Amino acid sequence: MAKYVIVGASASGVGAVEAIRAVDPTGTITVVTEEACAYYSRPMISDLVSGKADLQKMKCKNDDFFAKYGTEVRINKKVTALNISEKTLTLEDGEKVSYDKLLLATGGKPFVPKMEGQEKDGVFTFTTLSDAQRLAAKIDSINPRSAVVIGAGLIGISVTEALVKRGLKVTVVELQEKILSLLLDPKASDIVEVVIRKAGVNFATGQSVQKILGRPENEAAVGGVLLTKGEAVPCDLVVVAIGVIPRTELVAGTLVKTNRGIVVDNTLQTSVPDVYASGDVAEAFDFILNMNRLLPLWPLAVEEGRVAGSNMAGKKATYGGGTNMSSLKYFGIPIVSIGNSNPKADDTTVEVMVKLDEENNVYKKLVLKDNIIVGMTMVNCIERAGVLFNLMKKQINVKKFKQNLLSDDFSLAVLPLSLQRKMRVIQ
Amino acid sequence: MKKIIANQDACMGCGLCEVYCTVAHSKTKDIVKAYNKENPRPVSRVRREISKPVSFAIQCRHCEDAPCVTACLAGAMTKDAATGEVSHNKDKCMGCWTCVMVCPYGAIKMDKENKVVAKCDLCQGQKEPACVANCPNQALLFIEVKR
Repeated sequence: MAKYVIVGASASGVGAVEAIRAVDPTGTITVVTEEACAYYSRPMISDLVSGKADLQKMKCKNDDFFAKYGTEVRINKKVTALNISEKTLTLEDGEKVSYDKLLLATGGKPFVPKMEGQEKDGVFTFTTLSDAQRLAAKIDSINPRSAVVIGAGLIGISVTEALVKRGLKVTVVELQEKILSLLLDPKASDIVEVVIRKAGVNFATGQSVQKILGRPENEAAVGGVLLTKGEAVPCDLVVVAIGVIPRTELVAGTLVKTNRGIVVDNTLQTSVPDVYASGDVAEAFDFILNMNRLLPLWPLAVEEGRVAGSNMAGKKATYGGGTNMSSLKYFGIPIVSIGNSNPKADDTTVEVMVKLDEENNVYKKLVLKDNIIVGMTMVNCIERAGVLFNLMKKQINVKKFKQNLLSDDFSLAVLPLSLQRKMRVIQ
Repeated sequence: MKKIIANQDACMGCGLCEVYCTVAHSKTKDIVKAYNKENPRPVSRVRREISKPVSFAIQCRHCEDAPCVTACLAGAMTKDAATGEVSHNKDKCMGCWTCVMVCPYGAIKMDKENKVVAKCDLCQGQKEPACVANCPNQALLFIEVKR
């Protein structure tokens, strides 16, 4: 009977549990997590802070999920060592766990640059449930009036919205000149920034925090930040949301090959047989950039976990790849942005189509390469974005109908009949 | 499983499918009240897509390997292994629109008032979905299809 061990109980680990069980009904599955709660929605932690969601809502699966899948979950257990020749893991309390097939779905940890004063009371990171619980408890206890969020990416904007909902005045500090710069082009970024500013949020872009300041009455508690351009911003809380770095520490010094994350093939196996990696820790395939890279996104973590699990259980599966893709709901302006949506201005190999309706904050952009969609952004007009994304994924040549793709009445109905059949819209 | 299939040649784009879907998902189940009294107005889960002379109705296709289920950030979108039905739990939904982004049919609607998505539930408990039952032209069929 095969022994499967999975480190990490979030999107990818759970995707693997489902896939293993679909192939192997009898093998033992053990999931080890250092968190107190196995499998909750990480993206929902901002709703926990704003009060919109409680822990019960955040649980992505019914409480009997792991029992139903015959899976033993070890919560509050930190794995401290991996021994590849012995095929064992060592837990913090010294216990050894042996495996036949191992999945490292360890995720990422927040990146916190060195800043003077970062040890002060009132500095938070924001990736896990416990981060969110600590932040919510702090807000409840000190009733803060203002916060500085460092980083204007997805996590930074999500925590900003939660803090605004809790009545805080927020200043977002971002090293890049534009917010959400990994996802949006400057135009889309500007549209969102205006919307968020209208909600009372300040932005300090093109700079970072050089020092976290104390309070006059208590030097050990956060009282403000000093920006690199010299401005001091008073605040009661600081949330560091610069990004996540893959948690590769378990494989350090082993034969498991790493780059920025753990290197995997298209079956999600690492350079060491029987050791797999998936989710935020792994460098999986990006079908737009045509290379392996870190893409810390929930839906891709689930998919990668499923592929890894299937292969671990002996049913060959290959990962088709993902790409940078996000949908945003924050501050009431829905956005979808996928793939190479912000090519360099001097890139002559791509064709860019845009349509802007400034009055209604609607912005649509497609990036084509040899008449195949390789990037897209839809602001405030996303209901049919999935149709375009499907054309991108299937690498459909859109030459004959590309003039219709950004029209107001774009839908599946404007696609050629033959394509509608191919995409099985009609019988 | 039984799925809703559009017969494009028969569709005249009248939009009654949307009207009856809206009513079927209203509190009152009354066409006048659903449209004039209920606030927010219930969202139709079917959309008529028109590019003259082509028109057809699109609603959730309950995909075999449903991208919305894989992508859901909240565990709100699930597929029933036994029936094949993809269902959406609005109490779990966080309104992140990730399913909207990945639906190849553009079949998931945004209920912006309630900040959740809305999609076809095949009118559970009814003999036939409301859009099919009220299509004057038999442009929508509810038939057994291979999964």
